[in-house]
Amino acid sequence: MIEQEVTIRNRAGLHTRPAAAIVKLAAKFKSEFFIEKDSFQINGKSIIGVMTLAAEQGSKLRVRFDGPDEKEAYQAMSELFESGFGEPI
Amino acid sequence: MDQINKQEIKLKGIPASPGIVIGPIFLFGKHEPIILIRTIATSEVEQEIERLKNAVARSKKELTKVFEFAEQKLGTEQSKIFEAQLLILEDIILFKAVYERLKHEQKNAEYLLKDEMEKYHQLMMASKDEYARARADDLLDVENRILRNLEEQKLVSKIEGSHVIISHNLAAADTLIFSRNDVLAYVTELGGATSHMALLARALKIPAIVGVHQLLLLAQTNDKIVVDGYSGTIVLHPSSETLRFYEKKKTQYHTFEEALAPLRDLPAETLDGHRVKLAANVELEEELEFIKLQGADGIGLYRTESLLIGKEVFPSEEEQYEIYHRIAEAVFPKQAIMRTFDIGGDKFMMQTMKENNPFLGWRGIRVMLDKPQIFLDQLRAMLRASTLKNLAIMLPMVTSIKEVKLGKQLIAQAKDDLRAHKIPFDENLRLGVMIEVPAAAVIADHLAREVSFLSIGTNDLIQYLLAVDRGNDIVSDLFQEFHPAVIRFLRRIIERGKQEHAWVGMCGQMAGDPLATILLVGLGLDEFSVVPNILPEIKKIIRSIHYTEAQHVAERVLTMQSEDEIKAFLKHLMKHKFPDIPIG
Repeated sequence: MIEQEVTIRNRAGLHTRPAAAIVKLAAKFKSEFFIEKDSFQINGKSIIGVMTLAAEQGSKLRVRFDGPDEKEAYQAMSELFESGFGEPI
Repeated sequence: MDQINKQEIKLKGIPASPGIVIGPIFLFGKHEPIILIRTIATSEVEQEIERLKNAVARSKKELTKVFEFAEQKLGTEQSKIFEAQLLILEDIILFKAVYERLKHEQKNAEYLLKDEMEKYHQLMMASKDEYARARADDLLDVENRILRNLEEQKLVSKIEGSHVIISHNLAAADTLIFSRNDVLAYVTELGGATSHMALLARALKIPAIVGVHQLLLLAQTNDKIVVDGYSGTIVLHPSSETLRFYEKKKTQYHTFEEALAPLRDLPAETLDGHRVKLAANVELEEELEFIKLQGADGIGLYRTESLLIGKEVFPSEEEQYEIYHRIAEAVFPKQAIMRTFDIGGDKFMMQTMKENNPFLGWRGIRVMLDKPQIFLDQLRAMLRASTLKNLAIMLPMVTSIKEVKLGKQLIAQAKDDLRAHKIPFDENLRLGVMIEVPAAAVIADHLAREVSFLSIGTNDLIQYLLAVDRGNDIVSDLFQEFHPAVIRFLRRIIERGKQEHAWVGMCGQMAGDPLATILLVGLGLDEFSVVPNILPEIKKIIRSIHYTEAQHVAERVLTMQSEDEIKAFLKHLMKHKFPDIPIG
């Protein structure tokens, strides 16, 4: 199990496009994936769940991976977050 | 319940589409928010999963179409909503849960879907963020879309055989759920005679009656009913005597209509040689054969918005061109006048704003001028279909010269586009405007300088003039075609148009009212565009009078001060001259 903190880097925050990118990426891995914000936890493979987070620029989230490919999953996901989801920072 | 023991009940409504039918009722209910929980058998589980999967697939297809349309024609802002909704439809976790529960709990798809979505809905509403809460609306929209698709599949399988469809109200899109074969007639509790449902029913030649209050309290599915679309009468549980009466009436009308058939190829000309154009109002391609059968002088009004019924996106330029071309070809060498989309802003379903007064709001030409991309698609399609030189364009709900000039600019732009691609069209394509707003009537002479013809849309004109909502059956009695103000307006419109060498026609309901024919001829109307089934009757009247006589009638009517007086006068006249024409 891997549990780490990530930061929302892009200006627009966690709106529909980034939410879709997260979910799409998470679907590639077998591991379970959860995101937590302010003690609010959602399943990271559910777009609806990710949409409810609506985190803004600068907010910190806890991501948790559990499964055979958890290391790779975390690696990929943290890169996605670091890049600001490919959007203006 | 034993059919024979039920007492016969007669009810009266407003006739919306002619014809007499006798048959079983099907009660059509609007989508109820209450979802029933149903246990399904183990053997039904597979079927139920399939049903849900189909509904989701259909919803995806619909949303993709809407998203693409929004992106291309309306801009990225509007399309974002649909992008989010499409993603929701593909939420793995949500649907995995629903399918799992279907297998284990063996409950119906509607219930389980709603239950699962409710959890997420609550999650979203609980979010501190405004954006997340807004997504809750998207969730609800997706849920409703899937539920609608689930229900339609159920509805289509429920109906076997032909029925009289009875409902509280029937939106245009609802009528599309039923195929022609299912429907004997439409009867609703609400509605006016010029509502969309009424127009469609007439176009499809399906009898219809609206405004039958309290009907749903008395009618039940499979009860027998007589629907008399001529008089607006319905009879529940008819006795054998009643049945005989209506069979006879049906035959009488049929005979009467047959007798008018020889008029088909004769011109709409008075005894003293005054000729008018007698054309047809058209909604659907299906009507084209019939209008030719009825001897129409072409199409005086083709309502293009009928292409939008039940659709969430506008048809492409290509799709529109195909249809317009077929119509123009079908009536060639006679003229086909096509009106550009006359819709309210609510047609752009993505608008969350609700207008308080839609009739006084964003509709008609206003919408088209605000959405030039869509307008240009239509104009190009119409221009391309004009190569036989028998097509004319008409603009709806015009209130000012400015609008006409802007419309003409866009037409010019469309022409330039086509020329640049070497696509042929009629360079001399004629343009006209609807006179349906009082302001347009008052400046009809100014408008007539800008265009080739004016067409009076009495349905809306009378509404605006008398401040009566034609869809509101509480005040339906106040919607008076023969109000002195209306007659005066008609006279002025015709005068002003002719003054500037434009011909003046009428495509509203009044043009097809036999009671008004002599008066309208006498006022100098150049063209009548009517519902196809009344055409022969109107022609018969025109061919049986003298123009000079009609002019005297008009002069007399213009001195009268009340609708009652005018109607009584005209009724007396009609009874005297045409005893066999049924006047309602």
